[in-house]
Amino acid sequence: MNIVSQEHQKSGQQSTEQTAYVTPNVDIQAAESGYVLYAEMPGVNRDGIRITVEDGNLVLVGHRQPLSASGEALHRETRQLSYRRVYELDPSIDANRISARIDQGILTVNLPKAENLKPRRITLE
Amino acid sequence: MNIIRYHNQGRSDLAQAFDRFAVLRDELDRLFDHSFSPVFRTPGSFSRWAPALDVYQDKDQFTVVAELPGLKKEDVELSLHDGVLTISGERKQEKKGEEGYRNERFFGRFQRSVPLPASVDGNKVKATYQDGILKVVLPKAEEAKPKQIEVSVD
Repeated sequence: MNIVSQEHQKSGQQSTEQTAYVTPNVDIQAAESGYVLYAEMPGVNRDGIRITVEDGNLVLVGHRQPLSASGEALHRETRQLSYRRVYELDPSIDANRISARIDQGILTVNLPKAENLKPRRITLE
Repeated sequence: MNIIRYHNQGRSDLAQAFDRFAVLRDELDRLFDHSFSPVFRTPGSFSRWAPALDVYQDKDQFTVVAELPGLKKEDVELSLHDGVLTISGERKQEKKGEEGYRNERFFGRFQRSVPLPASVDGNKVKATYQDGILKVVLPKAEEAKPKQIEVSVD
């Protein structure tokens, strides 16, 4: 837990330096065991991902790898800014068990519910 | 889980207001690019979404860069016909959970065409796909490269 809050301090300083971000498109799927969040961050690899949890907020930041294309731009639609999105975490989510991975620009974050909050069947004695 | 977009992470009201404008501007840029740009057209009639795309040029080659997160290499099709590069394919949804809680991403077929401003050597086109970015490098044909012409003085 200490490691997580230290990480946040660092990324918090970064976020005050850079004011403009791109908001990634996100899908969230709900299941009995928790939620799975998918964020589109093309151009970001695992070194560029910063995920922090503080004060009940989940902060997702993705820094892009520099685009390697030579010459002048004839046409531009992509915005070479970092991605950022913040969600308020539901208290049922176990922040210590959040896990994430990134594959081809899709950041997948698993947000499991705390064990004692999962629906369970009580058997009679 | 609350799904409100939450921006006030120790930032001023003004900065937050600009954030919202930036988001709106993104959306408008996309809308205008996709609706009115006659050169880089998207066939909206049969594709529900289109990737953002850049085109670069230097003296030897064109580079087309498209943001296509979450594809498999084999789901991307590239073709070059009459100097028009067409990128198409299909994005399939990850394993479906029990219920979609929030859906902002697009799935299904997409297609974009880029008319190249000079002729390219179709046999030397190279494409790579990494971190959700498709990069296509198209070397210019010899006759399309700029040439230095010496002026002879009699």
